[in-house]
Order: sequence, then structure tokens, then C-alpha cells
Amino acid sequence: MKSTPFNPELSRRKFINSLGCLTIGFSLTSTPWASAEPLLAEEKLPGSLQKHPRIDAWLEVLGDGRVRVLTGKMELGQGLRIAIAQVAAEELDLEVEQVEVHLAETGRTPNEGYTAGSGSMENTAMSVRYAAAAARQALLELAAKQWDVSTDRLSMASGRVLWDASKEPLTFAELLNGAQLEQEVKLPVRLKARSEYRYVGKPILRKDIEQMVRAQPFYVQDLRFPGMVHARVVRPPAYEAKLLEFNESTFQAKVPGLLKVVKNGSFLGLITTDEYQAVQGQLLAREHVRWSTPKPLPQGQPLINYLKKLPTSSRTVKEKGAVEVLDKPTKSTWKAEYFKPYQMHGSIGPSCSVALYDGQVLHVWTHTQGVFPLRDALSKMLGMKPESLHVIGVPGSGCYGHNGADDVAADAALLALAYPNKPVRLQWSREEEHAWEPYGSAMWMAAEANLDASGRITHWRYGLWSDSHSTRPGGNAGNLLAARYLEKSFERPSSGYSGGAYRNSEPYYAIPNLKVDSHFFEGPLRVSALRSLGAYGNIFAIESFMDELAHRAQKDPIEFRLMHSEDERSMEVLKKLQEVLRPEKLNANEGIGVAFSRYKNVASYCAVAAKVAVDKKTGDVRLLKMWAVIDAGEVINPDGVKNQTEGGMVQAASWTLKEEVLFDKQHVSSRDWYSYPIFRCGEVPEVEVVVIDRPNEEPLGAGEAAQGPAAAAVVNAIYRACGKRVRHLPVKAAYLK
Amino acid sequence: MEADVTIEVNGKKHMLRVDPATPLLYVLRNQLELNGPKYGCGLEQCGSCMVLMDGVAMPSCRVPVESMQGRAITTLEGLTRADGALHPVQQAFVNEQAAQCGYCLNGMVISAVALLQANKKPDEAAIREGLQRVLCRCSVQPRVIRAVQRAAGTLQ
Ligand code: FES
Ligand code: FES
Repeated sequence: MKSTPFNPELSRRKFINSLGCLTIGFSLTSTPWASAEPLLAEEKLPGSLQKHPRIDAWLEVLGDGRVRVLTGKMELGQGLRIAIAQVAAEELDLEVEQVEVHLAETGRTPNEGYTAGSGSMENTAMSVRYAAAAARQALLELAAKQWDVSTDRLSMASGRVLWDASKEPLTFAELLNGAQLEQEVKLPVRLKARSEYRYVGKPILRKDIEQMVRAQPFYVQDLRFPGMVHARVVRPPAYEAKLLEFNESTFQAKVPGLLKVVKNGSFLGLITTDEYQAVQGQLLAREHVRWSTPKPLPQGQPLINYLKKLPTSSRTVKEKGAVEVLDKPTKSTWKAEYFKPYQMHGSIGPSCSVALYDGQVLHVWTHTQGVFPLRDALSKMLGMKPESLHVIGVPGSGCYGHNGADDVAADAALLALAYPNKPVRLQWSREEEHAWEPYGSAMWMAAEANLDASGRITHWRYGLWSDSHSTRPGGNAGNLLAARYLEKSFERPSSGYSGGAYRNSEPYYAIPNLKVDSHFFEGPLRVSALRSLGAYGNIFAIESFMDELAHRAQKDPIEFRLMHSEDERSMEVLKKLQEVLRPEKLNANEGIGVAFSRYKNVASYCAVAAKVAVDKKTGDVRLLKMWAVIDAGEVINPDGVKNQTEGGMVQAASWTLKEEVLFDKQHVSSRDWYSYPIFRCGEVPEVEVVVIDRPNEEPLGAGEAAQGPAAAAVVNAIYRACGKRVRHLPVKAAYLK
Repeated sequence: MEADVTIEVNGKKHMLRVDPATPLLYVLRNQLELNGPKYGCGLEQCGSCMVLMDGVAMPSCRVPVESMQGRAITTLEGLTRADGALHPVQQAFVNEQAAQCGYCLNGMVISAVALLQANKKPDEAAIREGLQRVLCRCSVQPRVIRAVQRAAGTLQ
């Protein structure tokens, strides 16, 4: 019998004893703590941990010897879970397999807002690292007390604390004796010495890929509950169309399995027994419904011309020195204007949600990027207390920003409330996802600069014009699509220029005189956060312009960027890219283009190169290869960083070469993969990514760093291949002929 | 409207009472509770719903279930061996970590299996061709190509 001394700091919370048995694998791999020269973290706690300082907010010891990490973030395919498991296993000397990661859930996990902006490593992974390190210390102290020995003599392995061979090791569960670690993480925190790392910095395989290839239930789309029914929403033909008339009785007679029609203002939904009945009902409803005809969309003219006529509100993002000399152009002045169209997230699996109202609590299973902000927005839309809503994060198809995930959850919530005690599943159609998701805003950008005799930039003026890049729910009901159509409808709030449009609008170069202005307009289409927000458009413009300036200064494009760099880490990624490209040979119609940025000017450094072949007769561009060099600070999982960077740059190349959301006078006309084509396998380039690990720096997200540089690298490569400068996206063959 | 339809999926016959016009995909997912084939577009444009029909990779999102009678359908689930061991193509996807969100992975694996059945030593162009119907928005195609090359190696 082991006795655990009473410890007032321990809570009485019981284990979730999932296996009811304490036998686990055991290996003596760990070195005693004393020899490991721990790192003493004294400065400040990671952001999320400051808000949720208790250890048990972040991790729970399970009765079967495993540890459950609670994160307020979501798995979006970025490999969040493995990175978090690596960090926790490292500090607690567990096997990675012994760490289970619980994704965002209201009432259960810390509230970490949105899983966005590549902030999960800085915040969550670091919070988990500190919480796990504090837990380690607390567990060692418990064991030390029990054995009456100093903690220096103890070590840990596979969920047990060890002393010497004569003593039976104590499992974490035994040490806690049914409690959890309720104490707060306090500075200083002893972190494991990096030289002792077994997992962090290594390409540990993601566990979820095996679940995927085995076709295990994994996605929100795979949820199946007993008695589950299916629903679809009948969308209006235009954003502002109002429901005038719905012939319910003739409709009802025609839809087999129809359980309920839900009509609330202009929101119209139907619930059926089988999914295919709902699919057919959704199509059929169009014949039984009459909508108002709102003001037409501004089609029939180049979008940029229309956007330029819109009223704007402006603000200066950055001003340094004086740029008025640019008002009087000289022959060393260069100007250019760039444009990017509306682009869509284009998730492969349309958004999906399951909701169940049990008479008291509304449960919503969703692949939102933020369960807490969604809960708050739903609470306002439905007039329910936040405590009556239980929002559970489940992975979905990759989203790349704010797609239809929150909207479909709102749809399902409304329908489930109207049809209590049954789980209601709703998946959008392809057409809904394409035509109703909030797009990445169209933008136009104007740049001008002066060069001195040595080819240095002396003056730089840049303006960008854009709609918002964030209309996430954020607790705001009006940002949920359905809320705008309800009888008691919610206005769409205007987020103005706070919406991320000017992200990366300031060049990350040393330029003595500089001015950057951001102009905000309200465009014709629904918009929100698309991977990297305004950074894609801004870096496309800035890095194209840098290339144009390099050409005028008769400098090599990488040298030109190096000339204007002050940050050692910028220089290192650029030099590494230079080295990687050195052996490349080019044929007559081929070119290599490069581009660089530091994401948000404070996060990951990324230099991208693209090699293209341009057929001058047809104007066809073949993207042959892309390279990236990325410095994302301390690397938790190098393969994760690689995967994100490869995917990010290829996706951005698809945006750049092919994509543009089109609309007619009624609504969006890009409604399927033929009218909105993206890269298919035959168009995807070969890729090569070099990751620079900086173990002593803060880990930074890598998911969005490549978007902007990839765009500019592609157009710069096209310029090198055929001498045509593309400033208007997407790249069109007609222009290159 | 409903009728009895018998289909053979992953080596097992299933007698179902369904609307015979229901696309195969809905029957596989909802009646047979399979997770492999996924809804992506319902338009035969994206390949999320791929299954093997008599060994050929085909989208299942539009074909009526009644037209599948007498044909052998294999889904992603059916590739795993009875003892739980992964098919070499499945294994190669794990080894190459050829996924991000993984939503496209069903279509990729099914297409790769069909390709390698028809062509034991596909070159890169043939692999790309074999995967052309399947869209991946996370853009992991370079990894998928590597996984198929690896699987081709182990299958020899
Ligand atoms: S769902 Fe069948 S091809 Fe897209
Ligand atoms: S891995 Fe996400 S769509 Fe392919």
C-alpha cells in the first residue's frame, strides 16, 4: 500500500479512468534531472498561460498513465496535435503515444480565441511546455516527499517517477491519488535542457495520418449519432434577396422523408430522415419559393475600375522621413500598380456541423477555428445564455482561414433548436461553399520609389486599397451568414481597416524615407480571413516591385534584397536560397524568380523561389519547381514546418496563376471546380523546402509565411522567362503571348 | 420510391431498402457507415468520393446505387488486410506523411491503388495523370507523388 501525503494544493477532481488499469510500458530512458542543466525561464509566461494559469487547465493525468493535454486550439491539418504532444512528452519524459491532445471545447479547454495567424506555436505549444514543466516539478516534489528524498535524486520515464532500483517507481496517477494539479504555473519555470531533447526538433510522425488512411471516423463529417437526421438550407439567389413566398404544402407533398420545414424571416431550412432526401429537397425548394430581386452586383466592367470608384476611409500605417520628392518624378523614380482579385478558401470538403438541442443545452459539433467566439456569436443570434451552449471542436476539411465552418454551425444550431432531441447534421453543398463563403478581398496596391546612383532605395511610398480581411464571428452574430436572414436579423458589422488588410504592407527593408497608407472600401462580395490576410496581396506587390527596382538598379534580385536588409536572419534565408539555386540550369524559355518576407514583420522569415517555363506562342505558364527557405525560430517538428511551407507556397501559386472569384449581376458565378479551377496534380510543381532551426529562438508559426513570397516569386519568374511583368492577378495567358 | 438493392462492398453483399436513384456515396456513408469515400462536390469534379468499381477508381457521388448491382465495390476501408495490416499504398502515405487535413486522402489512395494495379512501374507523369481527378487544397500532391513512388517500389 502506498500512501500519498495530504497536499492541499491538489484538487479532489477524479481521474477520467478510461482503461481502469495502470499497467503501462516502462523504459529507463531518462537521465536524472540534476545532470540535465535545465533552462530557467524567468521572464514571462506565454500569453495563453497568463490567462489560464492553472496546470490542470492544460493537462490532466489519466488513470491509465497517459496525460491528456487540453488546448483551446483546433487541428486544421497543420499538425497541431503532434507538435503539442511532442512538447508535453518532452517536459514530462513521456512517450509521445502517452499524450492525448483534446481539441478546443467550451466548458472544457482553455479559451484561446481563434486558431489563426500562425500563432499556435507561440501561444499554445509554449503554454503547454510551461504547464508540463511545472507539472513535472510538482510531481517530482510529491514523490520526493513520499520517499523523503531530494528531487535531484529522482528521474522520470514513461509516466513514472523513479528513484533507485530498490523502490517501486510511482506512476503519475499514484502520486496524485485521484486529484489533478490545480496549482498555478509560476515563474521561474525549470524547462528541460535542449541537449536532453528526445522529441522536440525531430520529425515525429503524425498519428492522425494512420487514422485517415484506415478511414476511421475522424472528421465532423463522419459524426454519426443514433437517431441523427439530415438538414439543408435553401439559399437565396443573391446576398440581399428576401424571401417573399414559400409554397410549403405543395413542397411538402413532394419531398419524401421530410420531417420539418423551418422558416424564420428569409432563412429557410428543411430536415429529413435521409441525407439524399435533404439534398433533393434543397434543389426542389427552388421551384416553390419566390425571392425579391435586390440591387444588381457591379458586373460588366473590370473589377479594379469599379473598386477605384468606391468611397474609402484611410489611415497611415507607417511614416518615416519625408517622401514628398516622389510627387515630382525624376528618371530615378519608378511606379507600378498591382491588383489581386477575390480568391476563395475552396475547402475540398464543404463545411459541416451537427447540432443537438436536448431541451436545455444546445450542443454544436463544428470545425470552426474558434469554438469560444462561435459560442458567443451563437448565443447572441439565438438569444441563449453562453452556458446553454456547448461547442465542440472536431477536425474538418482544411479551411485556410474563415470559410463556411461557422456559418454551417449557425445553420445547424437554428435547425436543431427547431427540432429538439435529435442530432441534426448539415453539410453544405459544393455550390453553397463556393458561392457563400467569405472570400479573401480583392485589393489593389500602388508603389513608387526613388533609387540613388548606387542603386539603393531612398524613398518609398505605398498605398493599398482593400475590403476587410476579418469578419470572423468574434462574438458578433451579424458575422454569421444565417443571422442576416432571420426575421429578427443582425446587421453585418463593419470591421474597417482593423481587418488585417495592411498586414505586411510595410517592407521589411532598410529604407530611409517611407510612407505606407491603407485605404478601406466596402466591396461587392462577402469577405473575411483567407490564409495570411492582406499579406498575400501586399507582399505580391512589394516583392514584385522590389524585382522591378532591382532590374532598374541592374542588381541581382537576391543581392538587391540583401543590400536593403538589416536583419541577420533575413540575410541568412536569402543567402541560403541563393546557395540552393546555384546549381540550377535554365532553358531559353525558362526563368527563376525570387521573393522574401518576414511574416507580419515579426514572425517567420521566408524566401521563396519559383522556376517557370513560358510558352511564348500560347502564353501558357508551366510551374516547374518551387523552393523555400524558412526560419520559423525553434522548430518543434521540422516535417510539420516543411509540410506547411510546401503546401502554402503551392496553394499560393495556384491562387496566383489560376484563381479569381467571378460574379454576375445576381451573385457569385464561381460555383464549382470548373468555374473556379485550382491546381490539379499535373500542374503542381516539384518542391524543396529548407528549414533553418533556431533552437534558442521563440517558435513561430509557419503556416502562412510562404503565401506572399510565393506569389511574387511566380510573377518574377515569369518576367525572367519572357520579359512580361504581370501586375494583375491571376496570370492570364493572353497577356504573355 | 424505395426498392431492394443488393450491392457488394468490400467483399460483402448488402441488401438495402433505398431509393434506387440515391447516389452510391450516400449509401456507403449513411447506410453502410463507411468513412472512406467523402462528399466533396457531388459533381464528379474533385475525387473525394472515389471508390474502386471492379478495380477501377471511379467517383461515387453521382452513380445511382441501383446501377452498382453485380459490381464489386471496394472502399478505403476494404484495402486494409483482415489482420489489420495496411495496404502498401496506405502504408506509404503514412511513411511519407502525405496529408495535411487528409480530406482528399481517400481519393488519392484509391486512385493510386487503381493506378498501380494497371501500371506496376508508373513514371512521374503517369502518377500525376493517375491522380489528376483528385483535388487537394492543402497542396500535398508532391508528398502524394512520393508516396505512390514508394508504394510502387514495395509492391514489386
Ligand atoms: S464528391 Fe464525387 S467527385 Fe467530388
Ligand atoms: S490534405 Fe487537405 S485536401 Fe488534401
